Amino acid sequence: MKSIILQTATRYLLPMLLLFSFFLLFRGHNSPGGGFVGGLVASAAYALYSIAFGVEEAKKLLRIEPVYLIATGLMLALFSGMIAFFSFDTFMTAKWSDLNFPLFGKLGTPLLFDLGVYIVVIGITLKILFTISEEVKP
Amino acid sequence: MSFVEMAIFVSIPIIIASMLLMLYRVAVGPSLEDRVVALDLIATTAIGFVAVYSIISNSTTVLDVGIIIAMLAFLGTTAFAYYLERRSKT
Repeated sequence: MKSIILQTATRYLLPMLLLFSFFLLFRGHNSPGGGFVGGLVASAAYALYSIAFGVEEAKKLLRIEPVYLIATGLMLALFSGMIAFFSFDTFMTAKWSDLNFPLFGKLGTPLLFDLGVYIVVIGITLKILFTISEEVKP
Repeated sequence: MSFVEMAIFVSIPIIIASMLLMLYRVAVGPSLEDRVVALDLIATTAIGFVAVYSIISNSTTVLDVGIIIAMLAFLGTTAFAYYLERRSKT
């Protein structure tokens, strides 16, 4: 589907949706938001791009195969649990650093876990989306 | 009764009545296009309801739900238009 209006709107909407997904990701844990919702919003941005420009262009924009994204996210989530395991605590205990950043607040392993969930959700949703659109193609 | 309370008291029945009318259009609508437009309108009205709810509950975090509904309703309507166009072509 070639529509100039949709393509121009998508070029402006894609960075805004990605920025909003990062906002949801970093606000999680204490207020509504978190990795899952942020990942869904980010994958909705790529879905919009693939509707406006075609699936091939969306794949080119993503650059990485979605399967690798799933693997990376799962490894990141496991790594965030392993940090507590190797410092002689129960697996997946939240470890907070004392550093305070003006935007994110305190950094700790829950942010790392949320980042892993974020990447896994993007990978799985885009894998499903790309597979379905390739099947439908006549 | 303050002005804000009166505005909430008036706006919620109007939103609910318009949503019921749109649900009628979704159920009865003669063509598929009518149903798609009615679904888009329902999402837009839901954003209005979320805004009123954030005033009632006095919290700004609820407003983000409205942002997400707006973006996803746009995406859904675009996807519907994409498949409607492809169906009419073949």
